[in-house]
Amino acid sequence: MFLRPIGLSLALLLTTAPVFAQTAPAPPAVAPTEPRETIEGTLSNERTVIAIPSLATSSVQTVAGLRTDSLGRQIAEVIAADLERSGLYEPVGPGGVRAITRAEVQAPRFADWQARNAENVVHGFVDASGTGGLVVGCYLYDTALGSELVRKGFEIQPSDWRRAAHKCADAIYSRLSGEAPFFDSRVAYIAESGPKGNRIKRLAIMDSDGGNHRFITNGQSLAISPRFSPDYKKIVYVSYLNNRVRVFIYDVAAGSQKLVTESGNATFAPRWSPDGSQILYSMAVGGNTDIYRISANGGTPVRLTSTPGIDVGGSFSPDGRKIVFESDRSGSQQIYTMNIDGSNQQRISFGGGRAATPEWSPRGDLIAFTRMGGGEFRIGVMTPTGGGTRLLTNSWQDEAPTWSPNGRVIQFFRTTPGREGKSSLWQVDLTGVNLRRLPTPQDGSDPSWGPVLP
Amino acid sequence: MTIRKSTAMIAAITMLAVGACSKKAPETLPPVPEGTGTDTGTDTGTGVIPGSQEDFLASVGAMGDRVFFDFDQYNVDSEDMATLQTQSQWLQRNPAVRVTLEGHADERGTRDYNIALGERRANAAKNYLASLGIDPSRISVISYGKERPAEIGSTEEAYARNRRAVTVIIGR
Repeated sequence: MFLRPIGLSLALLLTTAPVFAQTAPAPPAVAPTEPRETIEGTLSNERTVIAIPSLATSSVQTVAGLRTDSLGRQIAEVIAADLERSGLYEPVGPGGVRAITRAEVQAPRFADWQARNAENVVHGFVDASGTGGLVVGCYLYDTALGSELVRKGFEIQPSDWRRAAHKCADAIYSRLSGEAPFFDSRVAYIAESGPKGNRIKRLAIMDSDGGNHRFITNGQSLAISPRFSPDYKKIVYVSYLNNRVRVFIYDVAAGSQKLVTESGNATFAPRWSPDGSQILYSMAVGGNTDIYRISANGGTPVRLTSTPGIDVGGSFSPDGRKIVFESDRSGSQQIYTMNIDGSNQQRISFGGGRAATPEWSPRGDLIAFTRMGGGEFRIGVMTPTGGGTRLLTNSWQDEAPTWSPNGRVIQFFRTTPGREGKSSLWQVDLTGVNLRRLPTPQDGSDPSWGPVLP
Repeated sequence: MTIRKSTAMIAAITMLAVGACSKKAPETLPPVPEGTGTDTGTDTGTGVIPGSQEDFLASVGAMGDRVFFDFDQYNVDSEDMATLQTQSQWLQRNPAVRVTLEGHADERGTRDYNIALGERRANAAKNYLASLGIDPSRISVISYGKERPAEIGSTEEAYARNRRAVTVIIGR
């Protein structure tokens, strides 16, 4: 994967050849103004209208089988879909809006877009780099002020065009919302097929919008609970290979896997530390499950819990200093925190029902979890000390939250009851609105959302 | 003949236990899995290989290969003890046979926890068999959590059948 941000100056945009040698940061055309919108409490019903015509091209060329004009349209579609999915914006285009010329990219006809009731307009271009790659430029304008708000340029391999679109959408989203980006990120999950009693479960990966979908395992062995490493190079997960329950680290590029630790006991529920150097896993010995920590390179595991109850799962705080996990030591599943050496174990979930599958927000301020009670499984959030619990979903069985890289959106999976019950991936905004199903080729479960790609 | 006698006694205990514990016993037996014997008698009939899964099921009964648990529980109650006692007699008659105890949970739990719960259940059954004199080294354990329900459906009846530990013959 190759995506290099490049600076786009006016001079650069008028020429093509020396683009790659430039390292100067893009100077903003106008001083940044305050974000026009902040997300607080609930999302407004008034969504900002953003016009997104197809990206222009200097000259139609075919690079690696892709036409620059077709890509201009496809990139605009991905940008529009990202912004729409955020729930904050109402994209107009690229369908149904007029095409723009290459010259317009830096000289928008603001009146035209104001006439479409667009407060903002996105312009951009896709050009052949001349070295087998593509240069994608992306601009966001305020139509009323006539000012430039975002200017981004990327030199990419043609196969990475979707990433350029996500990067562009991230820049627009961040500029307008004041939030950190999250579109250019990936998800590992379990693709499910077959009858409920003999489900085929395969490890699969995809972009945060479902694009670039790829199956990793062939389904011969049951695969569950994957987690992407922070650098996306590896996936830790549980495989029932050879009818045993064991944690493997799968190397995405090499297509090979290795055991996290050699043990005659079942190992499961693996999690990465934020820096990818360590892995948490749970191990059952004689029926008693405890949590262990081990270097991602192997070595001697450190046992972190030792109660007779089930201690399982776990999620590091973003600073890597604490772990939130679940335990039934009190008599039912509840959520606890501890230091990474296992000291200072404290229960933080109280209130009705059971609480499970805690996941620490990348922002550090909240813990997402599954609340079970009253015949429902719901996704909730609370503070790291157990305060301010809010339930975000309401369904028969919602389970296993995972955070967007900016701590703004939560993905999870939803199971429906009955003989024909299905599992599917969903996401919801932190405020409990904008609930959406994610497109997957088969049924899906156990999503694991990774960080924003560099 | 002592074996035969105690089998009869255990059968009687089993019936009593079933009557006393209507809460967790399935009201009707689900269909017998394909490829296993349908005869619940103790007599190994024609063509059944001694020490095989078929022989085991013929001896312990169609549902005698499994014990059931209450919601989020893993204690072996009197009914389970009777079932496991019947299993232990067959295991004593076939001392070279090794088994796997498969622990399972119903679908109304979270995935990782249910694997831990299945481990508890399989180990509870294993420990009881060991207390009856079965060498624990003959018994391996695996938990499937909620991944492999025996009864498909989202009813309390189905859940009761899925909260189980199943003894599976894996050979000699």
